Amino acid sequence: MNFKSVKEILTAIKNKDVSVIELTSNYLDKIKERDDELNCFITLTEEFALDKARKIDEEIAKNKVRALSGLPIAQKDIFCTKNIKTSCGSKMLDNFVSPYNATVIEKLNNAGTIMLGKTNMDEFAMGSSNETSFYGPVKNPWDTEYVPGGSSGGSASAVAARISPCSTGTDTGGSIRQPASLCGICGLKPTYGRVSRYGMIAFASSLDQAGIFTTDALDAAILLKEISGYDEKDSTSSSVEVPDYHSYCLSDTNYNYTVGIPEEFVKDLNDDVKKVFYDSVKVLEKIGCKIKTINLKYTSLGVSAYQVVAPAECSSNLSRFDGVRYGHRSDNSSDLENLYRESRSEGFGKEVKRRILVGTYALSAGYYDAYYLKAQKVRNLIANDFRDAFDQVDLIIGPTTPDKAFKIGEKMNDPIAMYLSDVYTVSTNLAGLPAMSIPMGFKENMPLGLQIIGNHFDEKNILKISHLYQQETDWHKREPGK
Amino acid sequence: MWETVIGLEIHVQLSTESKLFSSASTDFGADQNTQASVIDLAMPGVLPVLNKNAVDMAVKFGLAVDAKIARKSIFARKNYFYPDLPKGYQISQYELPIVFDGKLDIYVDGTKKSVGITRAHLEEDAGKSIHDLYEAESAIDLNRAGTPLIEIVSEPDMRSSKEAVTYLKKIHSIVKSLGISDGNMQEGSFRCDANISLRKPGDEFGTRAEIKNINSFKFVESAINYEVIRQKDILESGESVIQETRLYDPKKDETRPMRSKEEANDYRYFPDPDLLPVEISQEKIDKIKLTLPELPDDKKDRYKNNYGLKEDDAEILSLNSNLSTFFDESIKESDSNPQLVANFILSELVGLCNKHNIDISVATIKPSHISQLMNYIAQGKISSKQAKDILNELWTGKLDIDEIIRSKNIEQVSDTGILMKEAQKILEKHPKEVQDYKNGKDKLMGFFVGQIMKEMKGKANPKVLNEILNKLLKE
Repeated sequence: MNFKSVKEILTAIKNKDVSVIELTSNYLDKIKERDDELNCFITLTEEFALDKARKIDEEIAKNKVRALSGLPIAQKDIFCTKNIKTSCGSKMLDNFVSPYNATVIEKLNNAGTIMLGKTNMDEFAMGSSNETSFYGPVKNPWDTEYVPGGSSGGSASAVAARISPCSTGTDTGGSIRQPASLCGICGLKPTYGRVSRYGMIAFASSLDQAGIFTTDALDAAILLKEISGYDEKDSTSSSVEVPDYHSYCLSDTNYNYTVGIPEEFVKDLNDDVKKVFYDSVKVLEKIGCKIKTINLKYTSLGVSAYQVVAPAECSSNLSRFDGVRYGHRSDNSSDLENLYRESRSEGFGKEVKRRILVGTYALSAGYYDAYYLKAQKVRNLIANDFRDAFDQVDLIIGPTTPDKAFKIGEKMNDPIAMYLSDVYTVSTNLAGLPAMSIPMGFKENMPLGLQIIGNHFDEKNILKISHLYQQETDWHKREPGK
Repeated sequence: MWETVIGLEIHVQLSTESKLFSSASTDFGADQNTQASVIDLAMPGVLPVLNKNAVDMAVKFGLAVDAKIARKSIFARKNYFYPDLPKGYQISQYELPIVFDGKLDIYVDGTKKSVGITRAHLEEDAGKSIHDLYEAESAIDLNRAGTPLIEIVSEPDMRSSKEAVTYLKKIHSIVKSLGISDGNMQEGSFRCDANISLRKPGDEFGTRAEIKNINSFKFVESAINYEVIRQKDILESGESVIQETRLYDPKKDETRPMRSKEEANDYRYFPDPDLLPVEISQEKIDKIKLTLPELPDDKKDRYKNNYGLKEDDAEILSLNSNLSTFFDESIKESDSNPQLVANFILSELVGLCNKHNIDISVATIKPSHISQLMNYIAQGKISSKQAKDILNELWTGKLDIDEIIRSKNIEQVSDTGILMKEAQKILEKHPKEVQDYKNGKDKLMGFFVGQIMKEMKGKANPKVLNEILNKLLKE
């Protein structure tokens, strides 16, 4: 059984070429075979998946077909799943079983998907390599000495290894696009507000956005439609209409896109990445895109602003993990202050603590104006920068990451170097824009991603140009080990 | 020699059905933690959704105190750790409150005084920590967590405990009239923090102490009075007042420093990214304005102008919405002079309520009883002295006035025939006094009345009797 895409799977199930139970068992077997090595999953929800598969098979037998009937999917362990452990990659929530479903989970469940398990991730989504997880690092299936990227490393690695046809992720500063790039798959971060954040454990509320990993753009289009839309449980979710992304991608309309390349995204690239990137630019020209050099002059301030805003919000968001109502509670607590101090000291890892401290400092009386407020101003400048750019171009492209994946352990003791690997991705989160990473080639046998940034709620054109690109290339069809 | 400076922060629980950011019920008294949703429990991943009714209520309040309504206000997070604060932050408003720059006129000893209202902002209440339930552990009840409050902050414009209490009562009456709070002080729906400092008149403000969570008008007055003496003693002994938070202990009638929750209070306020700014259109404000009911000041004017009530009585009635509702109901069915009705309610009924510590709204005596009694007095059926006796009977639970009158045999005799007969009998018995009276000894009138009353066991209608005696003695 070797399906190449979500689309193929859905068709096969609909046509009863394969039963959902067979398909699900097959993927569960693949996971069991590969995951000892890759460590993509924190929890395998085998029983849950098989029950659901049987249920969907019954429906299919009665010709009841939902949008994603029988589609196996891996869920990032940041999404709350009812009666299933939801750890967020942290010791703090190692014992936490959620009493409710996140909206994304609810929507995917209702669409007929089969959850295979909960994927590994950087602790509370804080990391770019998946090394901060309490459950150990995830390996890159292209070379297990390398990181898969993060924070949604488990989800990306699982799709790249073809042990799950698709998966969910979340992206606060690049946590979908960077691992997609390093694992050679598609990763889409929608516009802020496109997908409900309800039930997605918050890291930085004003930046967090749920998205998906697939092998190609059409699959992403199919999944995006199902998870998008206004949610009355999330005040920041948007009521902008959700188009049929898939049929839009397939429509004949040729937009002859004007595509901008920001000078700031390419000027420091090493020769290998530069070559791969400009090869893909040639492909875009070939499909009729007009290429234009533009400037996003505040790009270099993005990481700094991000490293104030995200920790500030996280310092407050993570206050609820206090050992009082759920989660880790220290056995060594003699009084209230001790209970807080010990539970949090034991429950949180080093990177999470670092960000809580930075954020607490940035919000402190006397520093608020110098850090948080200033970062918000930079954020406005960056957003304005993009707004001006979208007056001239339809889409903006660049490499997703400055380089290919790095080795496990390589950057763990150099947080600044780790943070800088987000340089091309954070600014879109600060501006709330949608962006996607698609495979664009290799450097030393490790994949590289092309980032396509669109205007607010213009996911459809990101998907369409990606689809057109993938008609001309086969990078997205390459599988590790083959 | 010392001038007292008082500012009040009043926390008013809004009477919305559900919480400020979740759909859990706000009913008081349910079993512990049964009215806490995943949002109130601050489960991972949950998000707040603003209750729009609470916003409307805050706007109503703002309009009632002549305040400005922010067209755009912002919710902020106030960060601190405490077990009854599940998120580790309270959602409140900081830089841009929904209501600001209002004022309230109060009347103390016949003088009008204007108290500035700096701001009123929306925020969520915390849960409750219970420390005396288990021996070595504390318990937490999160039913109250997330209940909507408005915090009303006054300017430091009050100069005595009397002014403070009058202001507090007026705010209480306003929120009750508006129907935005049940104002129940015992259940904590209406509580206040008082900031008190002393200074020499004309000087800068002195260092203040804040007395937290006072939940009765009487305690506010006592707490301020205690605090004024305490601070005066400190200042006069040449020492300085420490800026601190204190608690009032009604049992000992004293204030004591409160155990501090966190060493330093840096709440790290920042705008809550989970909530959009609250935007209110002028149209919406205008629409809410049309729904405002009669407010205490309007009520007072109506009592004075339409009913001719005395200034003080009109003021007292208008400041207590339960009392004024009772008065309005009593007046409706009564033919009596409204001032007499007011007198009877304020002196007799309120006296009984105070004595038994019962609010007039829950007393078994209803406005219809009062109108009936007042009508009987007007008709001469009973005297006002008898009305008081009947009121006492009513209070004990007998609720039929006619039955009480029958059983106590206290109906007043106003029949001129009977009274004429009794009067003639007495006059005939006392020819000398009759002669003396006719010679100008007017005081003897009382003697005749007394004699007749004695004979009739006090049941003669004094007014009718007087008329009859006057007529007989002129003959």
